[in-house]
Amino acid sequence: MDKILKMVAQRLALGVGTLFVVSLIIFGAVQLLPGDLAEAILGQAATEETVAAFRRELQLDLPAHERYLNWLFGILQGDLGRSLANQREISELIGKRLLNTLFLAGMAAAISVPLAVTLGVLAALYRNSFFDRMVNMATLTTISFPEFFVAYILVLILAVNIGMFPSISNVSSDLDFWDRVYRSFLPALTLTLVVVAHMMRMTRAAIINLLASPYIEMASLKGIKRARIITHHALPNALSPIINVIVINLAFLIVGVVIVEVVFVYPGLGQLMVDSVSKRDIPVVQACSLIFAATYVLLNLTADILSILSNPRLMHPR
Amino acid sequence: MTSSKKGDVLLVMRDLRIEGQADEKWHEIVRGIDLTLRRGEVLGLIGESGAGKSTIGIAGMGFTRPGCRFSSGTVTFDGIELTGAPEETKRRLRGSRIAYVAQSAAASFNPAHKLIKQFAEAPVQHGVLNAGQAAKDAVDIYRRLQMPEPDTIGFRYPHQVSGGQLQRAMVAMAMACKPDLIVFDEPTTALDVTTQIEVLAAIKDIVHQFNTAAIYITHDLAVVAQLADRIMVLRHGKLIEEGETRAMLAHPKEAYTGQLLAVRSYRRDEFPPSQDDPPLLEVRGISAGYGPLIKVLDDVSVKIGHKRTVAVVGESGSGKSTLARVITGLLPPYQGEILFKGQALPPSYKNRTKDQLRQVQMIYQMPDVALNPKQRVRDEIGRPLEFYLGMDAAARERRVKELLEMIELPAEFAERLPGELSGGQKQRICIARALAAEPELIICDEVTSALDQLVAEEILKLLQRLQDDLKVSYLFITHDLATVKAISDEIVVMLQGRVVQQGGKNAVLTPPHHEYTELLLSSVPEMDPDWLDDLLAKRAS
Amino acid sequence: MEDFVKLMRSSPWSARFGMAVILFYVVVAVFAPLISPYGETEIVGSEFEVWGGAFLLGTDNLGRDMFTRMVYGARNTIGIAFATTCLAFLIGGFFGLMAAALGGWVDQVLSRLVDILMALPPLIFALLLLAILGTSIPVLIGVIAVLDSTRVYRLARAVAMNIAVLDYVEVARLRGEGLLWIIRREILPNSLPPLVAEFGLRFCFVFLFIAALSFLGLGIQPPTADWGSMVRDNATLITYGDITPLLPAGAIALLTVGVNFVVDWFLHKTAGLRDDQ
Repeated sequence: MDKILKMVAQRLALGVGTLFVVSLIIFGAVQLLPGDLAEAILGQAATEETVAAFRRELQLDLPAHERYLNWLFGILQGDLGRSLANQREISELIGKRLLNTLFLAGMAAAISVPLAVTLGVLAALYRNSFFDRMVNMATLTTISFPEFFVAYILVLILAVNIGMFPSISNVSSDLDFWDRVYRSFLPALTLTLVVVAHMMRMTRAAIINLLASPYIEMASLKGIKRARIITHHALPNALSPIINVIVINLAFLIVGVVIVEVVFVYPGLGQLMVDSVSKRDIPVVQACSLIFAATYVLLNLTADILSILSNPRLMHPR
Repeated sequence: MTSSKKGDVLLVMRDLRIEGQADEKWHEIVRGIDLTLRRGEVLGLIGESGAGKSTIGIAGMGFTRPGCRFSSGTVTFDGIELTGAPEETKRRLRGSRIAYVAQSAAASFNPAHKLIKQFAEAPVQHGVLNAGQAAKDAVDIYRRLQMPEPDTIGFRYPHQVSGGQLQRAMVAMAMACKPDLIVFDEPTTALDVTTQIEVLAAIKDIVHQFNTAAIYITHDLAVVAQLADRIMVLRHGKLIEEGETRAMLAHPKEAYTGQLLAVRSYRRDEFPPSQDDPPLLEVRGISAGYGPLIKVLDDVSVKIGHKRTVAVVGESGSGKSTLARVITGLLPPYQGEILFKGQALPPSYKNRTKDQLRQVQMIYQMPDVALNPKQRVRDEIGRPLEFYLGMDAAARERRVKELLEMIELPAEFAERLPGELSGGQKQRICIARALAAEPELIICDEVTSALDQLVAEEILKLLQRLQDDLKVSYLFITHDLATVKAISDEIVVMLQGRVVQQGGKNAVLTPPHHEYTELLLSSVPEMDPDWLDDLLAKRAS
Repeated sequence: MEDFVKLMRSSPWSARFGMAVILFYVVVAVFAPLISPYGETEIVGSEFEVWGGAFLLGTDNLGRDMFTRMVYGARNTIGIAFATTCLAFLIGGFFGLMAAALGGWVDQVLSRLVDILMALPPLIFALLLLAILGTSIPVLIGVIAVLDSTRVYRLARAVAMNIAVLDYVEVARLRGEGLLWIIRREILPNSLPPLVAEFGLRFCFVFLFIAALSFLGLGIQPPTADWGSMVRDNATLITYGDITPLLPAGAIALLTVGVNFVVDWFLHKTAGLRDDQ
């Protein structure tokens, strides 16, 4: 048991370390600019004085490591700095949008995870059957579709032609839960379609890999019923790979959310980030990057730890 | 089950044919087998790779592996025809009346469950016993199989138990429902000889105690001779010869059976110990390992004379392959030195000169991965000629031909890719590649253990002839004492990273032995059907 | 040649379909100026004209011929994605093979670096870098190639590692062969099939990635014709039930489907073992 604790602690430390490095990259990337931020934003037309004033305002006169530490401690206290575009507190800008994005991603995950895992397991069990081949073609096709293609097809059919759902998801905090679900339905469905194909194929591959193990053959030579082989012999060992598949795809969802939010004008973090990139509102972009990256790192960390906990070899050392 | 008695026919196969799929075509791999097995009888199926013995064995359970299918013929178990039977019928038989013991217990136990749970699964699921009775039974059978701590060992997970114990646990699991028939599929092949004895003894004992019929599949005639009442010799999916064990061993009818029987009898006399000073290669006080913590070799010293064969023998974990890696410079040792003709070799191959590298060549265990699948034989053998000896294309062409002749392969083989060669041919190419460098020492790391026995013997004879012609020395690393007896002048016995005994072949092989050498020597199965019983009796006394 | 014919005969319909699609796109991209009736950025009519007449697929939001833009889009979008993938392979492949062949600290340093780059989701990383560096085609190609090369590195390293531990590579090392000879003669020929398949998959990924960035207005910039931004520019038409904006999106989808079908078949053909992924 000590070994497990030690491994989990190691992973946690690694996760914290990764987060630290990620924050360094996000902050340090700005240093890639020729000249500095002030010049880049104000452009060549700006006078020396305005640039200098702007520099002071951004504290660019301080050395880089000091600025980094200020930034980092600010974040740890919930202060993300101010937007360059409208001078508002970034934490204020982000707050509600982050919740909206999490709601959308959560909704998509709630639909896609059970769906994909079930389909994946079925396709693996009925390998090379007609069902499996059709699923293979269908998923291969969906994987190839850009997110916005899926999104606009859904809009065309479900919003424009049938008129069942709104094509623009203008959710706000005063909506009740079901209304929110209704308005978020199309973006969530888009995300689901995009992510299910990947998740399903990976689940199928993981299960097929597992079903080829000698202990599965042994179980059938012991005359165990097929259903029991699946539930008692395959699934306990499939847990770790399936958890991995799910988490990888949840991380994938976070990225997919950016494009889907733009298509449906959904007031989430992704849309804010894209807007800020076009405005080159760097502090906001940095804050958004950090939040997305942190979620991504945390998800991967969770996958790591769960797969340690679901591995009998590690749980019961010699 | 009580109504049946010993001697009744239990399993019958009639003109059984099984096809396997390769490159989207079906090929016949079992080609018309007739087999009859009576209650309480042990039938040995023996043959080299590709004989179809394992396929026939599991066909006795009405089972074919993925990519295989029954094409014609019948398998009848106790009156039930299995090839056409519904899955449910077969499922009810498997585990309860016919059980299976696989080659690799480590892979065949589910890593997620404790041993006793896997033992109990079949009897509980088949409704033979309840969980409590099954657990009691498990302890009883573990005890009969002489497993250590029989009361508690079942509560361990498969990865917490050693290889030999796990194999016995699988035999126990097969016994769980007291089946009428057990199919043993090479159950001792992956084990060391000293461990093999324990498992063999356990199988023999338990099969007799419960009067269970068995099909015992192996490539080793000496192993099957200890257990089987009757033997079927198979080759390429067909029966070569069938007979009662003692009769067959005494008077084989077919030439092929005779060859299999003679396979371990190749011997050559020891050359007198060389008086060279300095010796060709001297390894002095080597300690080595992986990382600072895992010490594999502990103060090992070995000398190899000119035109001598030194065999290093030991079981898995003895450090014998690590010794080869140290000599070639792949693993620089912590301590000690390697002298070649009295000159110290740099510890790492990276610091050795081209000529130093040329003088020591290596031949590997798995010819499949020792040849680049994308290189033709000509390039494979030609490269050392170009690299070490600077031969031009024409000279290389001539020399490759000569080398192919030396290894008894036709000149056309220069055009072939490894994929177009058999295992034995590949190993010959590896030998030619080593010879191309014109070395004085060749390290042979288990060069025959991945090959079928008859092929292996041919390779040994070839190596011997080459030594006579070319005056090259061999360092032979092996776990197989038959190989050692066949080819060596001197023997080094290793155990857990140390040399326990070394000396001339005759000196080491004649008593009194070191205790471990004795154990090792006595554990090698002999063709005599009474060998195992005699040995066990002797050890017990 | 004979082998090739035999290979084609044995291919399933999906792979043939894929190959036909790829061939078609390549022809269109290469002969774009010959096929298209107007200039790439030429304004030839009023905004959003309907299909037919002088404009086969109508006009876009600025009155440029949609069909012409589609044809040039093939050239630009595919060309840039292809160049990016090649660059990613050069970088990732080179370092991956090096790490596998050299091992030791070189491998450690490179692998940790890649771990760090992969700790950020690629789209987010790309957005961050584009915000800082601004959007231009060289920046776009550079940023995406570097980000994507991490995945190529991982695969190339893993494949080469599996080969580098095989006995025949050890034979070459013990013979005293140089590193480059070992990579060129022993490792590379044997790692080609998975790398070729990966090239197809990476191309799809890069192609979709650039399309997504362009769709967000952060990729290939106007007035260059590009499928991603064409969807964005004409998206309003969707709300009127006009499918024109789906055409460039569909064009993207069709090519990726084609490539994926071919890769899927290739993987089955070469490995047989490797199922998905």
